[in-house]
Amino acid sequence: MSVDYQASFVGHPPGCNYPKLNFVEDSKVVLGDSKEGAFAYVHHLTLYDLEARGFVRPFCMAYISADERKIMQQFQELSTEFSKASECLKIGNRKAFANELIKKLKDLEYTRTVLHKETELQKQNSGCYSTQAIDKANELANVEKSMYEHKDLLRQITSYPNRKRKDCEFLPQEQDLPADLAETEKKPTPTESNPDNKSEVISGQRRPSYTPQLIKGKSAKCFDKKLKTLEELCDSYFFHQTMDHLRLIENAFRGDLCYIYTKQIDQALLKKQKITNFLFEEYKDWEEEAASKQFCGASLVPDNSLLPSITLMSGEPECLESHAPSIEGVHTNMEPETSEERLQGPDLTDSSPSDLTQENSEGTDAEMKPSSTSSGDSFGVTGPEMPHVHTPQEKPESPVDPEALYTDNVQEDIADTVDDAEANTEEISATDFTKPKHPGAPCPSAIFEQQPSMKAEAVCCMGQERLLREEPSPELAQECYDDTVVKQEPQSCLQGDPALQGDFTLGAAAITEDPPAGLSPYELNSDSLSDDVSRMNLDDMSDTTSFMSTSNNSDRMSSSFFYGNPITVKQKKKAGQNALRFIRQYPFSQQAIFCLLSGRTLVVLGTDERTVRKLVNALSIFVPNLGKYGETVQPWLSSPFQLTDLQNWKLIGLHRMASPTGSSMLHSLNRYGRYIGVLDTDQKTLRCPPYRSALIGNMANHRTQIKRGSTYFMHVQCMLTQLCSKAFLYTFCHHLHLPISLSEDHESVASRRSSFLHQQLGYSEEDSKIVQFLSELIKHYYLQGPSRTVGPPVFCFSYIPSVLHKI
Amino acid sequence: MLRWILGGREAQGAVEKNTVLVIGEEQPKNSYTELQVLKGHFDIVRFLVQIDDFRFASAGDDGLVLVWNAQTGERLQELRGHSQQITAMTAYSWPSGDSTHTSLITASSDRTLSLWDPDTGNRVQTVSDLQSSAKCLLVLDRLDLWISGGNELCVWDRDFHLLCKTDHHSDAGITAMIELPKNCIAAAMDKEIVIYRLSVSSSKLDTTVSEIRRLVDHQDSIRALINVNDQAFASGSHVGELIIWDSLDWSIQAYERILWDEPRPEGQAEIRLGFHKQSEMSVQHLASDGQFVIAAVGSGLYLYNITTRSVVAYRKAAHDSNILHTMLFPDGQLMSCSEDGSVRMWELQDLPLPAEPASAGFFGMWTFGRSNKQASQQVKKVPEVTGLRTLELTGDLIGHSGAVQMFVHFPDLGLVTCSTDQLIIVWKNGEMEARFRSLALFQKLEENQGL
Repeated sequence: MSVDYQASFVGHPPGCNYPKLNFVEDSKVVLGDSKEGAFAYVHHLTLYDLEARGFVRPFCMAYISADERKIMQQFQELSTEFSKASECLKIGNRKAFANELIKKLKDLEYTRTVLHKETELQKQNSGCYSTQAIDKANELANVEKSMYEHKDLLRQITSYPNRKRKDCEFLPQEQDLPADLAETEKKPTPTESNPDNKSEVISGQRRPSYTPQLIKGKSAKCFDKKLKTLEELCDSYFFHQTMDHLRLIENAFRGDLCYIYTKQIDQALLKKQKITNFLFEEYKDWEEEAASKQFCGASLVPDNSLLPSITLMSGEPECLESHAPSIEGVHTNMEPETSEERLQGPDLTDSSPSDLTQENSEGTDAEMKPSSTSSGDSFGVTGPEMPHVHTPQEKPESPVDPEALYTDNVQEDIADTVDDAEANTEEISATDFTKPKHPGAPCPSAIFEQQPSMKAEAVCCMGQERLLREEPSPELAQECYDDTVVKQEPQSCLQGDPALQGDFTLGAAAITEDPPAGLSPYELNSDSLSDDVSRMNLDDMSDTTSFMSTSNNSDRMSSSFFYGNPITVKQKKKAGQNALRFIRQYPFSQQAIFCLLSGRTLVVLGTDERTVRKLVNALSIFVPNLGKYGETVQPWLSSPFQLTDLQNWKLIGLHRMASPTGSSMLHSLNRYGRYIGVLDTDQKTLRCPPYRSALIGNMANHRTQIKRGSTYFMHVQCMLTQLCSKAFLYTFCHHLHLPISLSEDHESVASRRSSFLHQQLGYSEEDSKIVQFLSELIKHYYLQGPSRTVGPPVFCFSYIPSVLHKI
Repeated sequence: MLRWILGGREAQGAVEKNTVLVIGEEQPKNSYTELQVLKGHFDIVRFLVQIDDFRFASAGDDGLVLVWNAQTGERLQELRGHSQQITAMTAYSWPSGDSTHTSLITASSDRTLSLWDPDTGNRVQTVSDLQSSAKCLLVLDRLDLWISGGNELCVWDRDFHLLCKTDHHSDAGITAMIELPKNCIAAAMDKEIVIYRLSVSSSKLDTTVSEIRRLVDHQDSIRALINVNDQAFASGSHVGELIIWDSLDWSIQAYERILWDEPRPEGQAEIRLGFHKQSEMSVQHLASDGQFVIAAVGSGLYLYNITTRSVVAYRKAAHDSNILHTMLFPDGQLMSCSEDGSVRMWELQDLPLPAEPASAGFFGMWTFGRSNKQASQQVKKVPEVTGLRTLELTGDLIGHSGAVQMFVHFPDLGLVTCSTDQLIIVWKNGEMEARFRSLALFQKLEENQGL
C-alpha cells in the first residue's frame, strides 16, 4: 500500500541516470477507532528533503474528533482547508529545497575543485596509475556525477508546473519572497549545460556569505544526521502561514456538527444577503473580497488571521457549492439508522457516554489546556503493530509549533480511492485499510512523539493503517440528542432547503409585475415563535458555541470595545449583557433604541465615564451600520461636538463637566437638540421623540425572561434581521419609489408607499421611519459600496418634537 | 443647567418670545431633511456663486476658491492663487459652440483679479498690481465686458484687457454696482450713487466711461443696491432708508425710512443702544423678485410692494441678530440668514391681524413724490395699513455654528449656505433625495442585471 519513493528513483527510465522528483498528490483518509471514540481526518503530504530517501519525506496532518459524523460530513470542507495548508507548506518546501540544492551544488563544486587539485598532485607524485590516483579519480567522478544529479534535481524543482502554482491563488504574498526562487525559476533550464558558471553565478548572487564545505566521498549514515524540522523544510514564513491556517481550521470546526451546520447555514444565508449585511451583521472581509474575487486568499492573509474562523468558511463559496452533491450523497448514505444500529449495537452502548463527555468537554479542552497529552496517548494506542521497515524519520517539531504536525509514512493513491468512495464513505475504511493496493509493499507504521504543547482536539498525529476494523458508529450524535429540544441537527446548508439555494433573482421588472402579495412568508416568522420557544432555541444555540465560555472582565472589554480591532460577534454578545441590563433598568429604553434605529444620534451624557461607556457599549448593538471598527460610535467625548460629528457618530458618550468647556458642550447639545436624543445617566432622563409602536417593544421588553446577555443579543439580532429583510424588500420594490407609468405623480407613489408600510408590513408611522432610514442606508451602500468615495456623508434628520422621558 | 437642557425648553422659549420668534422642532412645512457638510475652507466663507445647474463655487477669507458639486457634495476643483482674502466673485459666461462656457472672476485684497476655468481649475487670466483692490464685480453679458469697482471703476474685456477706467475716487470706493438700461451703470459710493455711461464703439478698445449723474439723496452710506426690474432699482442705507429709483431718469420713485422709534424702559433701551442701535436700522441686504423688495433691516425683515408702494409685511425681530442675506421665492416663500447662525424660512400669509402688536409709531413710513425730499424728514405715523400681511415662520435650518454669510438656492438640489464657521452646508429635500437615490438604485440594478 505504501509507496517506496526510492523505487521511483531506481525505476527511472533507463538512459538517464538522474533521480526523478515525484510530484505527489496529497491523500486524504478518514481513520477511526470507535472503541477509543476517536476519529480522524488525515491528510498526507510529502515534502522534499535532500537528505531523505528518495528526497521525499512524508508528513501528515490530522483533524481528530470524537464525533465521526462530524468528520465524515465535513470531509470536503476539511479536505479543502487542509489542501490549502498543504499547498502552502509545499510552496515553502520547494523554495527551501531549491535553496538547499543550490547550497549543495556549491559544496560539490568546491569539493570538485579540491579533489581535482589533489588528483593532479597525486598524479605528479605517484604517477597516473597509482591506487591513490585512481581512487581520487573515482571520487572526482562521483562528485561530478552527484553534481549532475543535483543540477537535474534543481531543474526539476524549479520547473515545477506553473499550472499547479496557479491552483493556489491563496498566496498573494509570494511576491514578497526573497527573489531567489523566482529567479531560479526564470532561468531557462537549457542554460544549465554550463553548470559551473551557473552555480557560481547563483551562489555569488545569493549567498555571498556562504562558504562552501568539503563533502566527504562517503556520505554519512542517515541516522548520523539530524533530520530537518518542518520549519527548516519549509521556509519559515510559509511554515507560520500554515500554522495560522491550521489554527483557523481548528477554530472553524469547533463545536459539534449541529453547530457547524448552523454556522454554515448562517454563513450561506449571510452571503446571500450581502446587500443588507452591513447594517447589523459582523463585518466580514468577504464583502470586500467578493469584489476583488480573492476567495481563496482569505484564510492565509496574515491580517485575516485576526478574524474568527468564519472567514475560513466563507473564503470558498465555490467549494461549498460545487461539493454539494457529494456531501448530499454522504449524508443520505448515513441515514439508514436501523441497519447501522443493528450492526453496532454493543459498540454504541460502549462508546456513547464517553463520546458525550468528550463532546461536551471538547470545546473547553481545546481552549483551556494546551497540554492534553492524554488524547495523544489514546491515539497512539490506535496505531497498528507493524514491523518497522526503515528507520523512523520522525523528530519532535520545533517547540514553537503549537499545533502538532507529525511525520508519518504515507500511502499513496488513497486520494483516488477516497474520491471514488465519496458516495459511500463507510467503505473507505473497509476497502482502503484492509486491502493494501500493493500487497507486497511493506506497511509502515507511525511513530508518535508527544508534543508538550499539543492541543487536544487540534490537528494531531495519527497512525494510519487498519484502524477501522470495526465499523464506526455514526449515529451517536443523533442518539444523544434524543431528549433535548433540538432533535436533529440542521441539514447541511447545501441540501434540502430550496430557499437557501435559490438566488435572489429580483429584477426590477419582476417586482413591478409582482406586487407584494407574496409577503406572507416574511410575515410568518416574525411572531410565530413565542418568546419561550425562541428563548430556548437561542439558549441552546449559544451554549454550543465553545468560545462562549471564556469570560473577560466586561469593563475592560467595554473600554477596549471600539478601538483598533474589528468588532466581533463575541464582543457584541457581551454588549448584549449590558443591553439587557439597560432595558431592565430604564423604562424608556425603547425610545432610546428608536433613536438609534431611526438614525437620530443618541448622546449619552454623564459625569461617570464607566457608566457612560457601559451604556454606549450596551446600545451599540442597535446601531445600524456600526462599521468594521465601530466607527459610528464615540464612546467617550470630552469636547463639544460639531454638526459633522453628528454626521459621523450615531452614538456618543459625552462627558458632562462643570467648566467652560462643559457649558459650551451643553450649548451644542441645546443647539443641535433637534438632531439628537439625549440620555442623561445622572438624572436618568431621556429627551427624544416619542415612540409608542410595537416593533421595538418586542426587541426591548423590560419584563423579558431572557437571562443571558448573549441570548438577548441573539434575540435582538433575530429581530434586526427581520427588520433588515423588510427594509430590503421595501428598498427594492420598484413601484414603491418610482411611478409605474408616466401619468403617475409623486403623490400616488407616496400613497402606495405608505400603504405598503402600514398595511402590508403592518408598521406604524414610527416603525415606518425605521424602515425608511434603513432603506436609505441600503441605497447608499448599494450605490456607493462600503467605502464612501464621492462626497461627504449625508446626514438625514426629521423635524419631530422631542419629549422628556423620566423614570 | 441640565433642566435647562432637557426639560426647560418651555421656560427658555417664554423668554425668547419677547425678543425673537421661536419655532419648535415640529416643522411640517420644512422639507429640508437632509444635509451634507462640505469642508475645505480654512477661514470665513463669504461668497457662493452658482456656476451651472449643479456646480457652485465658494470663496472666502482664506483666499481659496473651491468648486463643488451640489448634487454629491464632491469637491471638484481647488482654485489656488490668491494670497489674501477674496473680496468679490462672480460667474462670467459666454457662448462657446452650442453651449455656454462659464468662468469665474475673483477679486482679492492682494490687488489681483483672476479668471478661472472651473472645469480644469486653471487660472486662465490674471491681473495684479492694481491701484486698489476691487470690492465688487459686474459682468455685462450684453456687451461681453466686465467691470471691477474699487477706488476706481475699470472696464475689462474677456481677455483681461483694461479698456478704460475712471479717475481715482475718494477712499470710500465703490461698494456695489448694478447695470442700468442704455449702457448705464449705477455704482454706490458711500452716501452717493454715481451713474456712469459706457460708450461702446465697434472696436471694444475705444470704450470709454463717463460719469453723468450723482444721486445724493441718501443720508448715510449705502449698504445695498439692487435692480428691481427694468424700470426701477433700489438702494438701502445704513440708517434704514430705502429708496426706489427710476432706472431711466434716476429720479426717486419712493423714499421709505424704516424707523425705530419706540419709547422703552430706560434700562432696556440702554442695552439696546449699546448693542443694536445702529445696526438695527441698517439695511443690510435687499432682494427683489420684480414686484416685491425684501429689505433686511437689522434683525428684521420688511417686504415692500413696488407697484402699490406700500409695505406688505414685516417682522421686526425675525432673527436673533443681523440678517445678512435674503431671498424671495416665486411662491411667496422667503428665506433669510443671519449672524445668529440660522437660516429661516418664511411664508407670506394673508392674516387679518398683524403678527405683532403694532406699538404705535414703531414703524414709520411715508411715501413721497419725486422731488419731495425735504418733507421726507418729517416722519409721520402711518395708520394701520390695510391689507397688511404677515410673514409666518415655517421653518429654520440650524447647523452652522457661526454667522451664515449667504446662501444659494438650486431649484432641484436644495440650498447651499456658507458661514463664518468655515463650513458650507448643502440642505436637501430628503424626500426628493430618496427618490433620486431610488432612481439611481434601479438604474444600477438594471446595469448589473439584478442583484
